[in-house]
Amino acid sequence: MMGQPVPQRVSPTTQPHRGVEGEAPAALPLEGATRAPPIAEKPVTKHPPEVPMTPGSTGLVLEEPLLCELSRPGRQSCSLPHANDVPTRAPEATLPAALLRQTPAALPEISEADLVRHFTRLSSWNYCKDAGFFPLGSCTMKHNPRTNEAVAALPGFAYLHPYQDSGTAQGALALIAALEEALKAISGMEAISTCPAAGSHGELTGLMVIRAYLQDRGDPRSRVLIPDSAHGTNPASAAICGYRVTQIPSGPDGLLEPSTVANAMSDDVAAIMVTNPNTLGIFERNIREICDIVHARGGLVYCDGANLNALMGIAQIGEMGVDVMHFNLHKTFTTPHGGGGPGAGPIGVRQPLAPYLPIPRVVKTAAGYGWDASAPKSIGRIKAFYGNFGMLVRAYTYIREMGAPGLRHASEYAVLNANYIRAQLTASYHLPYATPALHECVLTDKWQQPGGVKTLDIAKRLMDYGFHPPTIYFPLLVAGAMMIEPTETESKESCDQFIAAMRAIAKEAQHTPATLTEAPHHTFRRRLDEVMAARSPILTWHQLKG
Amino acid sequence: MRYLPHTPDDIDAMLRTIGAASIDALFQSIPDALRLKGPLALPPACSEPELWRALQGLAEQNATPQRWASFLGGGSYRHFIPAVVWQLVSRGEFLTPYTPYQPELSQGTLQAIFEYQSMMCELFGLDIANASTYDLSTGIVEAVFMAQRITRRSEYCVMQNVHPEIRAVTRTIVGLNPAAQATLVPYTRAGTVDLAALQCVLRPTCSACVVQYPSFFGTIEDLRPIADAVHAAGALLIVAVPDPIAMGLIEAPGTMGADIVVAEGQALGNPTSYGGPYVGIFATRTAYVRQMPGRLTGVTSDVLGRRSFVLTLTTREQHIRRERATSNLCTNQQLCALATTIYTAWLGKEGFRRLARINWEKAEYAREELTRLAGVRATFSAPTFHECVITLPCPAASLLAALQEDRIFGGIALSRWYDDLPNALLVCVTEENTREEIDRFVAAVERHIRG
Repeated sequence: MMGQPVPQRVSPTTQPHRGVEGEAPAALPLEGATRAPPIAEKPVTKHPPEVPMTPGSTGLVLEEPLLCELSRPGRQSCSLPHANDVPTRAPEATLPAALLRQTPAALPEISEADLVRHFTRLSSWNYCKDAGFFPLGSCTMKHNPRTNEAVAALPGFAYLHPYQDSGTAQGALALIAALEEALKAISGMEAISTCPAAGSHGELTGLMVIRAYLQDRGDPRSRVLIPDSAHGTNPASAAICGYRVTQIPSGPDGLLEPSTVANAMSDDVAAIMVTNPNTLGIFERNIREICDIVHARGGLVYCDGANLNALMGIAQIGEMGVDVMHFNLHKTFTTPHGGGGPGAGPIGVRQPLAPYLPIPRVVKTAAGYGWDASAPKSIGRIKAFYGNFGMLVRAYTYIREMGAPGLRHASEYAVLNANYIRAQLTASYHLPYATPALHECVLTDKWQQPGGVKTLDIAKRLMDYGFHPPTIYFPLLVAGAMMIEPTETESKESCDQFIAAMRAIAKEAQHTPATLTEAPHHTFRRRLDEVMAARSPILTWHQLKG
Repeated sequence: MRYLPHTPDDIDAMLRTIGAASIDALFQSIPDALRLKGPLALPPACSEPELWRALQGLAEQNATPQRWASFLGGGSYRHFIPAVVWQLVSRGEFLTPYTPYQPELSQGTLQAIFEYQSMMCELFGLDIANASTYDLSTGIVEAVFMAQRITRRSEYCVMQNVHPEIRAVTRTIVGLNPAAQATLVPYTRAGTVDLAALQCVLRPTCSACVVQYPSFFGTIEDLRPIADAVHAAGALLIVAVPDPIAMGLIEAPGTMGADIVVAEGQALGNPTSYGGPYVGIFATRTAYVRQMPGRLTGVTSDVLGRRSFVLTLTTREQHIRRERATSNLCTNQQLCALATTIYTAWLGKEGFRRLARINWEKAEYAREELTRLAGVRATFSAPTFHECVITLPCPAASLLAALQEDRIFGGIALSRWYDDLPNALLVCVTEENTREEIDRFVAAVERHIRG
């Protein structure tokens, strides 16, 4: 969704950086990632070690070729029956020659031991939430409970077929119905669809519901208002829905101002898309007034629920006047991000919009739970089958574990952590908006820029200290933004380590800026040439060999 | 609360640093009128053992193929998943990172995506593939959008033997644009595309033609004449592949002239999971790379000149181009795509062929046995892969209800979508169905249609 660094040309003539020794903080071993670390210099610890200043360190990381380079004719991983238990027959005898595959797919031939080693080595090149602090703003990188994974893998969930008779899937339907109830309780919305596969899919679905509702009212409209702080998916989803996008500016304190909305509002505006708290982490305190302004002119209000993690048990989006919202189960409700999905993006609506929700919907009758695909006003199907059920199981498991007090505490500590980090870093980094914020804080590189250090450099240097960088260059309205969302599952010590690293980096930016501009130094790969990748794209083995 | 590390001392110290009197004070920016006054109406919190009891209880209310013989397919397929796949996918290093926007910290996921893209191109006979779409149905929507951009035309046509839910999803989303008229092309008595009918509707306003291979009826046909007709009209051929295992036996659609292939990757290492999460495999020709939706991983090097991988051509995407992006895709289905990658490498070159052959042979056996029964016949004459439609002497829905008494999921009644096929049953057979199970199924069908 965000965090994409501005493409950066890296000079191919840059020399390997060997000069950081003595400049890096004490906790960092000083050798490059792929060279053997010094052995003799390791001090013997006599007392229990204290929490190090930062977790950054390097160790042995193993190189690994591509599967196609490992492949040798005759090797195999798979274990399939040698003889079929039905009569064997020759495809050539039955199928027309034109249908038979002439050249088998050039897939790798590799033993299972090598297969396991391959993907294990690859995995070791990833930084992940399990391994450390991952403060990506607006992404809510919280701990992913393993209980959720184990529950979703239960055969009674994992092996259900979407077309088995709903009478034989009552447990699954009951779970979806219960999750709908829980999402209603958390959000204050009045009806839920769990069909959308991800947040942006939810946005599109929600806008389609709005569109269908307005059309049904005999009042089709053509524009959607989107604040300049919005996620890129908001305008992209609106465009697919056929709406023209009008961007509206945030006010000087980072808030959407009712007067701005009133000026932009017309009888042609179908909806406004707001994110609350917004992408600066600031609660849109005028939300109710804004909703009233939009409603008064016949428009509807969509809320991007990406930042719901600040509000659970604190405030309900449905009570603010919002008509439609989506949930990101992979953010707020702990389903794993998986390196880029799968997610799940259920939407919630107020009752007047419920008839337009996508089909099918879970219904309860005297005979039990079932699917209803008959809703005459529905926008229709937005995905085959019923949504990302496996992710619904995980989210529901989490909600059941937490209960009402647990979810409220989660939001409280998420906000506590973000405010703590903000309080500790505003002496080192420019805070573009002093307005109180909730679960994330946005800082910039304004004070580092004169020394030639940019947000991208700070982000890359954080890697050397053992942290994933925050979301950078987003929101777009803040130049050089660093958007930090610690989440509630990080302890005070882990926040302290991050704060120490950020402060050390601010000092380095003053005294040894090259340490930053050439960072990262200790990762498996150093800074990459992203421009080269896009100039003549190599996207497959075949193109690599060719 | 095991997911929350904060002790009272931590909270006090942090609040002192912030200069706030209480946690509540941190929420002062929320107007009091909007603050929730009571607790959320949720079931009480559970310890892990309690949680297991509750959720296992729900899981056990569901019938699974461990106790039931299942011949269900129709876009969701039960194939054997080797232990190694999810053991590897479940590593925290794959499970818990974000999208690889910071490539120096994500080389594992990025190389895995590159390998996925490479193997999917090999399977489907095309040049490039993206990192995945949500599933086959939403992938087809993206494919039609892409064809509309490439051809600068709005209309499209879709075969009636494409999965009805894929057609429905495409109608819902592509149909948001009133100019994007869809024309439905009928199927022949063989269960294949009616080429003459197709040629009639291939107007110069048509951007793309969507076919399914094997079709929703399980039938396979030579795509070359279809490709020729579609290309002659200046449109693109989009091919939906419901189960990639078929690629171990039948010709790759890219080789037969497909311009865009979207396949459902679920069958490659992902459980059926009541319909999701799945993974849309999306492949096309190099010429169209800049019109592709979704994420792409490419090769580059780091400052030391070492081979590395990075998300590339990102200016197509929503986080940069916003309302002018090629798609609103952000989160995709990376973990499912990783399962697909590992599974495909596990099968390997020979395994892929062998598994396809096993599936086909079992399905052929089942079809022969079923159509040997009095009153039962194959509905369509075209060859099939691992699914086929049979016509029964009674409504298929009533047979399915009766078969449930024998703990058999006998397939899918097509009357749900096709009024003209009241007695038609779509039967799927994979390597997971033993001969004994097939024989028991056939015997039960015989018993019920007689009784």
